[in-house]
Amino acid sequence: MVGMDWTVAGLWGVVALSGVYHGANPAMGWPLAVSAALMDRTPSSLASAFWPLAVGHFLAMLVVVLPFALVVSLVEWKFQIRIAAALTVMTFGVYRLLMPRHPRALSRIPPSQLGLWSFMAALAHGAGLMILPIYLGICTSDTLTPGHEAARRLLETHLALAGFVSAVHTLTMVLTGGLMAWLAYRYLGLSFIARSWFNLDAVWASSLIAVGALSLFLTLLG
Amino acid sequence: MTLRPDPTFHASPRLAMDAPQEAYCYTLLLSADPSKPDALAVVDLNPKSPTYSQVVHTLEMPFKGDEFHHFGWNACSSALSPLSAHAFVERRYLIIPGLRSSRIYVVDTRPHPTQAKIHRIIESSEVLRETGYSRTHTVHCGPEGVYIGALGGTGANGMGGPPGLFLMDCQSLDIIGRWEKEQGPQRMYYDFWWNLPRDYMVASEWGLPIQFESGLVKDDLLNNRYGHHLHFWGLRSRRHLQAIDLGANYQMVLEVRPAHDPSKEYGFAGVVINTATLEGSVWTWWREGGRFHAKKTISIPAEPCPNDRLPEILKGFGAVPPLLADLALSMDDRLLFVSCWGTGEVRQYDVSDPWRPVLVSQLWLGGIARRTRHPNGKSFPGGPQMLELSLDGKRIYWTNSFYSTWDDQFYPGGVSGIQVMAHVRGRGLEYAKDFWVTAPDGYRAHQIHLEGGDCSTDSFCYPST
Repeated sequence: MVGMDWTVAGLWGVVALSGVYHGANPAMGWPLAVSAALMDRTPSSLASAFWPLAVGHFLAMLVVVLPFALVVSLVEWKFQIRIAAALTVMTFGVYRLLMPRHPRALSRIPPSQLGLWSFMAALAHGAGLMILPIYLGICTSDTLTPGHEAARRLLETHLALAGFVSAVHTLTMVLTGGLMAWLAYRYLGLSFIARSWFNLDAVWASSLIAVGALSLFLTLLG
Repeated sequence: MTLRPDPTFHASPRLAMDAPQEAYCYTLLLSADPSKPDALAVVDLNPKSPTYSQVVHTLEMPFKGDEFHHFGWNACSSALSPLSAHAFVERRYLIIPGLRSSRIYVVDTRPHPTQAKIHRIIESSEVLRETGYSRTHTVHCGPEGVYIGALGGTGANGMGGPPGLFLMDCQSLDIIGRWEKEQGPQRMYYDFWWNLPRDYMVASEWGLPIQFESGLVKDDLLNNRYGHHLHFWGLRSRRHLQAIDLGANYQMVLEVRPAHDPSKEYGFAGVVINTATLEGSVWTWWREGGRFHAKKTISIPAEPCPNDRLPEILKGFGAVPPLLADLALSMDDRLLFVSCWGTGEVRQYDVSDPWRPVLVSQLWLGGIARRTRHPNGKSFPGGPQMLELSLDGKRIYWTNSFYSTWDDQFYPGGVSGIQVMAHVRGRGLEYAKDFWVTAPDGYRAHQIHLEGGDCSTDSFCYPST
């Protein structure tokens, strides 16, 4: 490895930015941390609420990315896999655009099970799908897979990368969500929740389509 | 779907108190004449408007015999939790169930309250088919959509199976189905409400359909056969958690009013009558150590009255029972208002300490024996019944009818629909002398809801700060 080139650095940047995007969105849970802190009258509840939120979100990333980590090691199929992933993401984006309703199962999860809620919410919104093409882009970049590494070694690298990509995304998600929650809790007040909440359903679905389309384009080009 | 949350959704009760003053209200009109349909009235509440305190729009229903009683919105402040997964639904549709017909009307209040029109009608056969319930009553907007309470089960008289709750989708307005996962021991229904983050619901008992549809059954009352329990349910688990027997004498547990601030784990419930003392009572219930508890904290005595001045149903009692009907709790959880339909009074209590309410003031109006006139000189038929308090807690509105057949028993002289209002001042209640709404001819008035939410509609996911 001769160090990351600019494309890979850019892809890592997108992983981090997607975390910021998810974290800032109230639908991914930061208002629940504000509620927890206010209910318990201690800011430490704000921090403790982010643990289950983060774990749920991280697992929802991993559950989407891991299966691809296993198959993308088959180097000779990497082109087809990237195309398939890009099309999956785009299809889900179109589906979300046409069917913006959230599954009712989400509203049946008790407030005490924040981790499960966070996992289900991220899964239902396709949060994991959004980073999938980026992950595959990093995996299949030439600097990482010059083409003559042992398959076993490659698999380990890909699995580690899956965890790392999910972790970086979740980290920036928690930092951003935590900042929003802290600002609302400490300085801006509860009215900030309604004020900062925009209907991102269409934007979110469009982001999925855009990420998929871009990935498709780059795959075909490269 | 909107781009921003509905501006009438508030994160906390404290923020709801700062909402703009209500300009219109919706009042349910019940036709005393069965050959005429029930209706929805839109009343102008803006004191600066030339049509202030008048019915500015009447929406007549296409069917008859519905018996309008309670109703609610498709969405409210409860949508402002990520857990509910529908933050961008609008407070737009009024869900109006017929208590006698089990038919549900969905009324669209856009583009303007004075243009309210029927959006959809769900027939009783569909309600029964989808849920197994009938006698549709209380409506609350919550995490899973619109929750509708039903006082009856299947069968011609609603006695073939237990009553319960069912869900309606808050956007498509389709009936989803029964709410309960396990039926539990509750066999009578009336009101229900909840604490969203603490994840529990409380429900009350009036009586079985055959005990109210043809009027109060005196024998059942004197033998304590009406409801006398409070029931607690898991809100998301949809399982019965606990029942509290208030005592067989405490007949007809009606309105439940949990503290609006969800960090407080208590609330109130009103009992119409005690069959031993004829008093009306308010109970404070609370959760402590994982269990629910209830204690009588307000007792309103009956007023002695010679039997010859009493209606047939009360002959022999020698007194007018208060017939405690409705409760309204202010958004700051400090003031509790109680209506007594029998004696004809509205009481204001300071409930800053919910276990030790203090009577602050009271207003008399109508009543079986007193027949108190309004300060404007007009007589008030019936007694104060359904209360509705503005979000800022400064104006309380009320109407005068209880339920068609019960009106006829307790007020044989008739209960033509009137809506009045009192200002809530620092030292107590004070009539708005210029506010007197008369329902169109032949109509009685029941529940009121205010345009942008009120103290019996919105529930919150965040505590007041």
